Amino acid sequence: MLVFFLCFLVLTGCARDKAGTGITVAGSTSVQPFADKWAEVYMEENPGKIVNVQGGGSSAGIQATKSGACNIGTSSRELKPDEKDLTEIVVARDGLAIIVHPLNPIDNMTIDQVKSIFNGKIRNWRELGGKDKLITVVTREEGSGTRGAFQELVMKKDRVAKNAIVQDSNGTVREIVAGDPNAIGYISLGLVNDKVRALKLNGVQATDENIISRKYKLVRPFLFVTKSEPTPACREFINFVQSAEGQKLVSEEGLIPVK
Amino acid sequence: MTRLERNERLIKIALLVIACSAVSILAVITIFIFSEGTPIMFKYGFKSFLLGLDWYPSEQSFGLLPMIIGSLMVTCGSLIVGVPFGLACAIFLTEFSSRRLRHILKPIIELLAGIPSVVYGFIGVVILVPFIRENLGGPGLSVLAASIILGIMILPTIISISIDSLQAVPVSYREGSIALGATKWQTTKMVTLKAARSGIIASIILGMGRAIGETMAVIMIAGNAINIPNSVLAPVRTLTSNIALEMGYASGEHREALFATGVILFVIIMVLNTLANLTSAKRKA
Amino acid sequence: MHINPRLEEAVVKVLLWLFTLITVFVLFFIIFYILKHGLPVVNYQFLTTDPMDMGKSGGIYTTIIGTIVLTLVAILIATPLGIGTAIYLTEYTRENKITKIIRFGSECLAGIPSIIFGLFGFILFVTKLKFGWSIISGSLTLAFMILPTIIRTSEEAIKSVPYNFREVSYSLGSTQWQTVTKVVLPSALPGILTGVILSVGRSIGETAAVIFTAGSALRLPTSLFSSSRTMAVHFYIMAREGISMPNAYGTAAVLIITILIINIVAYRLMHKFIKKYS
Repeated sequence: MLVFFLCFLVLTGCARDKAGTGITVAGSTSVQPFADKWAEVYMEENPGKIVNVQGGGSSAGIQATKSGACNIGTSSRELKPDEKDLTEIVVARDGLAIIVHPLNPIDNMTIDQVKSIFNGKIRNWRELGGKDKLITVVTREEGSGTRGAFQELVMKKDRVAKNAIVQDSNGTVREIVAGDPNAIGYISLGLVNDKVRALKLNGVQATDENIISRKYKLVRPFLFVTKSEPTPACREFINFVQSAEGQKLVSEEGLIPVK
Repeated sequence: MTRLERNERLIKIALLVIACSAVSILAVITIFIFSEGTPIMFKYGFKSFLLGLDWYPSEQSFGLLPMIIGSLMVTCGSLIVGVPFGLACAIFLTEFSSRRLRHILKPIIELLAGIPSVVYGFIGVVILVPFIRENLGGPGLSVLAASIILGIMILPTIISISIDSLQAVPVSYREGSIALGATKWQTTKMVTLKAARSGIIASIILGMGRAIGETMAVIMIAGNAINIPNSVLAPVRTLTSNIALEMGYASGEHREALFATGVILFVIIMVLNTLANLTSAKRKA
Repeated sequence: MHINPRLEEAVVKVLLWLFTLITVFVLFFIIFYILKHGLPVVNYQFLTTDPMDMGKSGGIYTTIIGTIVLTLVAILIATPLGIGTAIYLTEYTRENKITKIIRFGSECLAGIPSIIFGLFGFILFVTKLKFGWSIISGSLTLAFMILPTIIRTSEEAIKSVPYNFREVSYSLGSTQWQTVTKVVLPSALPGILTGVILSVGRSIGETAAVIFTAGSALRLPTSLFSSSRTMAVHFYIMAREGISMPNAYGTAAVLIITILIINIVAYRLMHKFIKKYS
């Protein structure tokens, strides 16, 4: 009976592909809030069109696009060599902010110092001229695009220390840093709020101008990926995202437009 | 009449097929988890999974020992917190309190078993974690926080089943002991608790199963570091949180390694279940 | 060393009192804390408007609908299977190898942690069968999870129907199936319902198995294949990501009240049922 039931489900599942007009966007949790915003405005302007936005993470989004589980995958890191068979479209750029508690006296670091904190060589804020407190290092989980970008831009070949606290989204990293005066973490620049403070890196403030002029070094692309050629429905949504209006939305939300 | 008989036979067969649903679901899940999780264990060797200290899936190192130890630590911690309080509560309500109090409190405690685990986790985040960080040191997200919250979560299970098994002890046992001049506590300690032993053990095993299988609350409060904790104030990652944290992201061997995590969790749970079943079977016999 | 038994008794009594007091206090405190922070947010508008801006503002309407639909579908799948199993075990067979295996299977299923169900549902329904993150994936996973509860409570309910009810029915010339449907099931209904209601409560509170199978889309579901976010998942995301604490508390308050009401109804029903037959 179970078998019949499952067969029935598979059949209805296939039927749905033809009938459904909606598209599914899945992947990076960093891109999700912005994709949600795009989808919200897009659906308001085009009644009848449906865009579903899901999280899951960059690698999952790419995987889901490959397997056809979603129409558009989102990624907050560059594609790996074995993922290059997908079509990639840069939809925005994002700074990676190194954040600390607002009460932390330190406001500038070199990228090497950040690296030494995350690989466990520097363990006390005193070593950087701060209070005599152990540093609470907060990182992201394996597979996250933000972690991938951080690894690539800051850690290079080094591993993040094992005793680092691991959280699975930008928001949770921010919440922990906001609650712990001794914590340090990294999140998408667009999500920095007044509960945490972004550090200057090598003396450069993380601002839009500094990112556009490439003075601020920690920058990563936000990608949409599709399997070969996007379907007309997807194309339309991507066009909207790349339009002046779509790009204006991202800059309002704190990202750097690509055009 | 023959048509009726044929119908009855058909109904019986249909019901048998339905009755097999639970077993077949169990079988499908087991086969699925094992077939997805064991190949990678064979490929890199069981030893590297069970005893490896490094979990860097992107670099093909899949050591699960920190998570296995993490799960065991947090579960033991939750029992250290939950069992004394749960048992004390059960003993108090059956042996030392008025019947009325028991009739009011027991259902209320059982109702609390329904509170979603995310709510417990949330309370841990907003109250317990800052408290530990400010008063005891460390990041607050720790073995201790997870143990306390899980300990509270398993209280309703332990209390409710222990009360049932204590109540099942015949009154004549207690009367005999009291008649011999024993105090109430002596009676409880030497007679009632001994008679209700297997039920109490079953309640603890069930609580243990809930603690070791809990996921969302643990992710919220344990800190999830991939390190064998050196103190109760250090962050820790359990098998369950390892799966939930990285499942969405995983592909290829990383995903298989998460299934391998599932296999280990599955085996631990099955052993516990069998133990619980055996003790409760003994109780019935 | 010998301790005076009277003294020991007094000390133990105080200790037990204290431990019980602490236990009860902690459990109540959790509910009180959530309700205190959450209830001020909850009003008619909060319940009937859509979440806006990821939940930063607006209400929780879509998550309420998501919770109801997901739970309903799960119950519709699990209940016939559960009751059917219970009828077979109690009415159609004697204790033998098969019933032992069925019982063992159901008890094992009950002990499997929800994350394993989530892992399984994600791979089988979401990716292998290509249902995507959807209500159907979530409901099937939930149905598997609650099946053992429904089997066990239905079985107990059917067993407690007095045997002479059946004898009367047979003596009137009814077949076994007629007896089951016309006599046994109606009498056992409140007991069976209790199990179903308890399962509803469990489904509503579940997060780990749902978040990976039903997804977390905030839109109103349009079909069984659209993704949907339940209240529990919404609360989890809001609280963890720090999107809006007041709305997180509000969601938690609604969640807790719903579950408490459901469990109280179940408890009441069971109580009545037990009284009737004992």
